[in-house]
Amino acid sequence: MTMDIVVTDLVFTYPSGVTALDGVTITIPAGERLAIVGQNGAGKTTLVRHFNGIFQPTKGTVEIGDWDTKGRDIAALATRVGYVFQNPDEQLFARNIRDEIAFGPKNLGVPKDEIPDRVARSLQRAGLVGLEDTHPYHLSLSERKRVALASVLAMETPIVVLDEPTTGQDARGVALIGDVVAELHTEGRTVVAITHDMDFCAENFDRVLVMADGKVIADGDPEHAFARLDALAEAHVEPPQLERLRTELGWKQPVSTIEEFVAQLKKNK
Amino acid sequence: MTDMIALAGVHYSYPDTETEVLRGIDLTVDAGQVVGVVGASGVGKTTLAKVISGFIPHSEGGELSGGVEVDGIQVPTSTLADVVSRVGLVTQNPFNQISGAKFTVREEIAFGLENLGVPRDEMIERVADVVELLGIEELVDRSPYALSGGQQQLVAIASMMVMAPRVLVMDEPTSQLDPSGSRLVFDIMESLASKGTAVIVFEHKLELLRETAEVLHVLADGVIAATGTPREVLSDARTDEWGVGATRFTRAARRAVEQGLLPKKTELPVSLPDAVEVFRR
Repeated sequence: MTMDIVVTDLVFTYPSGVTALDGVTITIPAGERLAIVGQNGAGKTTLVRHFNGIFQPTKGTVEIGDWDTKGRDIAALATRVGYVFQNPDEQLFARNIRDEIAFGPKNLGVPKDEIPDRVARSLQRAGLVGLEDTHPYHLSLSERKRVALASVLAMETPIVVLDEPTTGQDARGVALIGDVVAELHTEGRTVVAITHDMDFCAENFDRVLVMADGKVIADGDPEHAFARLDALAEAHVEPPQLERLRTELGWKQPVSTIEEFVAQLKKNK
Repeated sequence: MTDMIALAGVHYSYPDTETEVLRGIDLTVDAGQVVGVVGASGVGKTTLAKVISGFIPHSEGGELSGGVEVDGIQVPTSTLADVVSRVGLVTQNPFNQISGAKFTVREEIAFGLENLGVPRDEMIERVADVVELLGIEELVDRSPYALSGGQQQLVAIASMMVMAPRVLVMDEPTSQLDPSGSRLVFDIMESLASKGTAVIVFEHKLELLRETAEVLHVLADGVIAATGTPREVLSDARTDEWGVGATRFTRAARRAVEQGLLPKKTELPVSLPDAVEVFRR
């Protein structure tokens, strides 16, 4: 079975009466790397919190593979969707990092003898080797964010959702998270990330969803999505650095990476 | 020119530890200046922010030596009350900054003024001014806890700004904000500096630092590894080694120089205007 995410006419209204999602329809095929961008309050987090059942649709449906999320609890959906919170302090609770990371797989019923391997692999990927015995409280915010990431990676779910993974990370941290996205992609898993870092987005994702006021207002590969200047302005999103540069230079062809930029520079000379 | 912040030979280690986190920091910030500090995670940026704002040694203890002068007083030997009346600190985790004593954002922002016994009319006016400046009018009646990370960060900034400190210490103030929110915060820092506030900002957002900071320091392993204009520092070949990274403008130009597409002595760009100038030639 393929683990596509299918969202149909999704509306979500908070108990306060605020409508956070106002008719969202998208399909995210299994194995895709999708970035969701838009201003704070656009509905990005509300949308992805439907994937693992934290929120249930007010109207419309959300399907994860052959499951409709309606009536399914978070524990069941956690076998399919791993969710890394924006604020790690909403997620971390154990007294040391090893236990924190082992908790997810243990709960999924992963055989005991497989768990140390999974923990080791996740620590490695998240750049946390050597910190196994540390209490999360003694780590910096950027390290705690990577612990939250590692504990979701250890669950080896077919879908991984990252809510603003790069905030507070230094240059090395951002590069490391880019590598994690690439590895998950190689393994055929779906990665959905919310991000404000458009350069990170252009360089690491296949598809960009631009959201504003609870709606999807642009959807496409980074080159096309970031060329939709009208939608970006409406969503208060600034295009990636190289896109802004090539626009200023009056080049017609969009560019996503440094390689593409330099290749075009050569051609234009 | 008046030094509002003057650090001289500052060393520090946390309580019950041997390792020095700061190993001899000299740094000054003048009135009206925005000074940036960049560096990898874990090099001591937050520690330095706490030293300048008095949380070290007043709340956290530890071994501090060297001179820490802020707005004419020596921070370690002054009372915390004297220090906080001069220095405002915005921390990177806004959630930790909420007082927990107030039910609405408006009351939260007014909390500091209330503690100082500022007259009610003046308090209302000052709160309204910062609320407008930060564009958070629609948040004022909500609970500080029912906000997104970005909204909490704006409230934390408002709570500090309303006190009108003469020295501002900003520790990753835009970590939770979207690009337009981040730009707004940098614009506000610039405008406060133009009115005489001394601002020191610890940040990873290089493009905004290039546009706003007058001087930039690199903190690496507890020492200042480099100092200069943001353009000098951020186009340095060692930025990856320092864990600071570089903008795509810098990286693209560096690659172009390597491939002979730009002259060898090109001054590498850091921001969009720099890059347009370099690549138009």
